[in-house]
Amino acid sequence: MPADLTASPGSGRSGGLILLALLVIALFACTAFMTVGVTGGWAFVLQLRAVKLAALLLVGCAIALATVLFQTVSGNRILTPSIMGFDALYILIQTAAVFAIGASGLNLVDKRLLFLGQAALMTAFAALLYRWLFTGAVRSLHLLLLAGVVLGMLFRSISNILQRMIDPNEFVVLQDRFFASFNTVDTTLLGVAAVIIALAAIAIWRMRATLDVLGLGRDAAIALGVPYKRTTMTVLLLVAALTSTSTALVGPVAFFGLLVANMAYALIPSHRHALTLPAAALIAVICLVGGQTVLERVFAFNTALAIIVEFLGGIVFLFMLVRGAVR
Amino acid sequence: MTRTAAAVAVFLLLAVASLFAGVSDLTPGAVLAGDPAALNLLLTSRAPRTIAVVLAGGSVAIAGLIMQMLARNRFAEPSTSGTVDAASLGMLCATLLLPDMPVIVKMMVAAAFALAGAGLFMGVLARIPLSSPLVTPLVGLMLGNVIGAATSFIAYRYDLLQSLAAWSNGDFSTILRGRYELLWAAFALAALAWFTADRLTVAGLGRDFSVNLGLNYRRVLLFGLSIVAMVTAMVVTTVGMIPFLGLAAPNLASMALGDNMRRAIPLTALLGAGLALACDLLGRLVNYPFEIPIGTMMGVIGSVLFLYLLLGKRFRAG
Repeated sequence: MPADLTASPGSGRSGGLILLALLVIALFACTAFMTVGVTGGWAFVLQLRAVKLAALLLVGCAIALATVLFQTVSGNRILTPSIMGFDALYILIQTAAVFAIGASGLNLVDKRLLFLGQAALMTAFAALLYRWLFTGAVRSLHLLLLAGVVLGMLFRSISNILQRMIDPNEFVVLQDRFFASFNTVDTTLLGVAAVIIALAAIAIWRMRATLDVLGLGRDAAIALGVPYKRTTMTVLLLVAALTSTSTALVGPVAFFGLLVANMAYALIPSHRHALTLPAAALIAVICLVGGQTVLERVFAFNTALAIIVEFLGGIVFLFMLVRGAVR
Repeated sequence: MTRTAAAVAVFLLLAVASLFAGVSDLTPGAVLAGDPAALNLLLTSRAPRTIAVVLAGGSVAIAGLIMQMLARNRFAEPSTSGTVDAASLGMLCATLLLPDMPVIVKMMVAAAFALAGAGLFMGVLARIPLSSPLVTPLVGLMLGNVIGAATSFIAYRYDLLQSLAAWSNGDFSTILRGRYELLWAAFALAALAWFTADRLTVAGLGRDFSVNLGLNYRRVLLFGLSIVAMVTAMVVTTVGMIPFLGLAAPNLASMALGDNMRRAIPLTALLGAGLALACDLLGRLVNYPFEIPIGTMMGVIGSVLFLYLLLGKRFRAG
């Protein structure tokens, strides 16, 4: 993705205006989420919804940041961490942990500690795997995409086998506790997740100028003095940490990142990460919170958000593929 | 020839193993001695299951081979071209709208959907610049995902997620006598490909080339896709999806024989059946006495093989 170096001088200001507009819409969506359709005890409902809202905010930010970073590093707009199988990998590691330790053992371990262990393992593993994919002989983007998709399917199938090999009774108990979805947001992890995402966001914000240079492509970045390998590795580690966190909270959401990142690129007339990153995060929040409000309160479809995202995201992906956005 | 003989021997060995593997004890001795209980078990459960695995494996493998010829791509097969997902959507619609119809009618609906899915896939392929052979399976997989998402949404709305799971993951554990006979028809259809192999091969060379050779391209294309769609629908309605089988068997066969379709068909069918038997048997033994469905086993083995084809030295496709 060659950056548009000749962006008009006013693009920063109009980008700022768009960000402000997005912020207003996001706040409106959050207010609607908290207040629409409350019947009975306000205190109870507000508390219940506040927890869920916090989870959605965290997940939106994590997925948006992870996707934009990943796309900057890989130099295109169609690869996303979840298309490359990151969240399937997280589920696999989680299942393997349950399989190895067993339900009785897991009950003794603090869940937050377990999550940190899993996230660390996932980060190390993902870094190894994707370093191999990114710096090895694999140069073609199509090959990378297809290998990622098939790897994701492999991870899912292995998880599936392990899940079947866990004692069925034990598995039903574990499923509720360990496999999150939009409806069963894992609230015990909110605190840890907030800390991880905040730390990652600070690190990313401090790197924003370097990321702009990385977006110019590998050769240009090296020529401009960016330590390419080290920076890429740092970014991939951050992506792995963010993806683990969002998957732990609400489970895998295949195409969500692709949707919000591309909406952000389309709205923001600039390639500067100082603008695209917050825009993507705000769009993610608007889609998640707004979408959940509309689906839950207006249509009473509770768990459908993930399916709808999958449907729309798949169409956008196909469209990008067909239009030749992949070179 | 010795390699073919070895393949046949392994296949027979797997088939016999499949007859005698299971929770209730069945020994060759008891069958030969004419023990009525043993014979009953063999005839109502084990033999039908083994035959069903062989028929499904063989016909899915041939369907994969036909798809690869028509789409002119080594990675195309029913489960990487939206065909399987479309069949499953068709099955869901039939279950919703025609709940009282016999299975054969539902199967026909599923076949019609599968044909539409395969046609959509070929239509999309014809409209995009194929800058790389890898775009074809990517388009197919994503098309399958989109159709799959629509299917789960409908299933979710009408509380049919349970039934959807039954045909979205291939499983032979419920096969008994009287529940699998549709697969004979699938195999017969797939065998039809043997007689039309030359036309399908020519059609695989592309539209212009085949018209030049005097072939009715559209008719042959429609015929080939119809076989693929019918076979897919029959397998999906009886046992459920078996991912990547149609990808693995033809590629293994072409490693041994090259790309002559007529010569490759028997070996492809044999390898498909053998692979299906091996996966089914493995699924029965890994977590004994529970079973792991063949769809899941094949998901692992098939995707490893897919990755090998993608990244291995021999086929470096990128």
